[in-house]
Amino acid sequence: MKVIIGLIVLWPLVGFLFNGLGRNIWSKKVIAYKATGYIVASFIFSILAFLNVQSKGAFTAHYFDFINTATFKIPFDLKVDALSSLFLLVITGVGSLIHLYSTAYMKEEEAPHYARYFAYLNLFVFSMLLLVLGNNYVIMFIGWEGVGLCSYLLIGYWFTNATYNYAAKKAFIMNRIGDLGFLLAIFWLIVKLGTVSYDNVLTAESLAKLATPDITAITLLLFVGAMGKSAQIPLYTWLPDAMAGPTPVSALIHAATMVTAGIYMITRSNILFSASEFTQHIVAIVGISTALLAATIAIKQNDIKKVLAYSTVSQLGYMFLGLGVGAYSGAVFHVITHAFFKALLFLGAGSVIHAMHHEQDIRKMGGLKSKLPITHLTFLIGCIAIAGVPPFSGFFSKDEILAAAFAKSPIYWALGVAGAAMTAFYMFRLYATTFLGQFRGTHDQEHHLHESPLAMTLPLILLAVASSIAGAIGVPALMGGHHWLSHQLAPIVGEAKEAGLSAGMEWALMGVSVTIAVIALLIALSIYRKKADGEPQTALGKFLYNKWYIDELYEIMILNPLHKFAGFLKEVVEKNIIDGAVNGTGKFVQYGARQIRLLQSGQVGYYILCMVLSIVLLFIIWFNDITILKFFFKLTHKF
Amino acid sequence: MPIQYYIFFCLTLFSIGVVGVLTRRNAIIVFMCIELMLNAVNLLLVSFSKMQHAAALKLDAVSTAGIDAQIFVFFIMVVAAAEVSVGLAIIVMMFRNTHSIDINFLNRLKN
Repeated sequence: MKVIIGLIVLWPLVGFLFNGLGRNIWSKKVIAYKATGYIVASFIFSILAFLNVQSKGAFTAHYFDFINTATFKIPFDLKVDALSSLFLLVITGVGSLIHLYSTAYMKEEEAPHYARYFAYLNLFVFSMLLLVLGNNYVIMFIGWEGVGLCSYLLIGYWFTNATYNYAAKKAFIMNRIGDLGFLLAIFWLIVKLGTVSYDNVLTAESLAKLATPDITAITLLLFVGAMGKSAQIPLYTWLPDAMAGPTPVSALIHAATMVTAGIYMITRSNILFSASEFTQHIVAIVGISTALLAATIAIKQNDIKKVLAYSTVSQLGYMFLGLGVGAYSGAVFHVITHAFFKALLFLGAGSVIHAMHHEQDIRKMGGLKSKLPITHLTFLIGCIAIAGVPPFSGFFSKDEILAAAFAKSPIYWALGVAGAAMTAFYMFRLYATTFLGQFRGTHDQEHHLHESPLAMTLPLILLAVASSIAGAIGVPALMGGHHWLSHQLAPIVGEAKEAGLSAGMEWALMGVSVTIAVIALLIALSIYRKKADGEPQTALGKFLYNKWYIDELYEIMILNPLHKFAGFLKEVVEKNIIDGAVNGTGKFVQYGARQIRLLQSGQVGYYILCMVLSIVLLFIIWFNDITILKFFFKLTHKF
Repeated sequence: MPIQYYIFFCLTLFSIGVVGVLTRRNAIIVFMCIELMLNAVNLLLVSFSKMQHAAALKLDAVSTAGIDAQIFVFFIMVVAAAEVSVGLAIIVMMFRNTHSIDINFLNRLKN
């Protein structure tokens, strides 16, 4: 078992080294087979690990001590349990499909760049696996930083484009802000508990050792880390810009896996979070605000990937709402279903972009339904799933979160339903504008429209199937299911709390949210079936089109003061104080030397006099309490 | 004789040497004063050696403790002899070059 877990992590690393070092040697075919093969191997081992967890329970594998001092020890332990084995399956499963998809999507790249792409992608999977498998916060942090790095590398994959590089840097810096919070939380844990292992930290005893302010501070700092990685207000602006990377990267990193790291981390630390009422409120409020903000922005975006990006931010907001109201298994459920349908949507978008020769503006698409039948059908399934129409997967997971939110506060529920309606609206706006109506692109593009090759459609079909049926793992008791997932996660997040709602109430809530979502999607279909959005006319439209001017706001509030401060440092502090100190030292030495030089008179007698006086002075200092004569007296008195 | 006499005598000799070195400009006189200082130290070493030996003899009639300190005297004499030979050679060279043995005359490296 120890070997299997090790290999799950190592396969992608081998793939990374293989492709990274041999990028000038191998042909594209070898690169593609190897890169995909290693992830598939990892997937197979993940299934083995998952089955082992099912039959024998959690397993911890100790490899070596990462840090080992007398009083403090961080072992390099990997652990598979119910939570991490589920994440393993999602990461390697969706990862394999996206690798397969990439082999066709990136075909136009030259071999060295093709290899670079797959090397980064493999490295990403490696880091992500380390993140979810690590048995303490430090190992998780290594993976956490690794995925951030790979995200940066892959956003800036087309490095000749300055805008893309800018987007990559933005993503990295925003993530770093969050990482600082995570790091401080780890330090805080080390100071207070002297350990970072989950087995020691996440127990009732260690919880008893921590004062309430400590728990609040630690959880808030952890949440800051999650904000950065999982794109929550105020650190979400990097995610839409991250769409500069290749589309499969957006599907894997910026939709299915990396951005859910924050949810994994909070679910893992649920004992700490449940102990702090205040943090839970903050998490829920930030989550629902992000969900609504991003949903409103998505309504007015015209870039197919931007819509999906804001949709991702919004769905992540739902997950945090779930975490905030204590529905941990609901949040994980939404992570899983979201991984399927959002990866599907992104890959579908990639297929459209591929067919349209890198055109991403949906206003120039339309009528692709007949040209791209498979993409159309799978994309539609993805849209229905995310809109929350039963019996597709998104319905079950979203409904579970909404029910838990209602139990906490009906306001959360009402806002959540409003967000769900907007989700249905913008997804079907996207769908209708892209696939229905007349083709609005150039004649040349229309001529070249084609369905994507099998390597791209196969992942779409598989993900569409998964998006349709994944809800089955969490059918609530109300509908005759027994919610397999929450029983799975019970050892980690505790038994799901009874929402305390009557069956009739639950049915009513479900009915309301589904009805509103369906109405919203029908409105979107009827508006956008024939025509695309023009330029925004109303003030509100412009406001949403420009993303609430958040980027501009950050520029005025943070960037400009920073630039001014940097300018102040450069002009005043650097020039006067630092340079002054450096030049002053030099000038002082020169001046001093010119003065001291005069002592060198060239008179030998004078030198010797100085020497003798100095020696006498030394003697006096040496015997400072007794004079020299007394010393002699003492010496002679003995005899 | 008490050891104090020796000590004050040596101190006097040494001080004469120091003052001579400080005040005289004739290189040979300076040289002689240096020798004076060296010999003052030699004398002191010998007297201390004898003093310690005498003290040791009181406890043990066949003791040889203390006399080995006089070896240093020979070291100093050897070094002094070597120094004199080199120093005199320098003084001769100096006289050949400057026709003077005034040490204050040798400040041409100044500035």
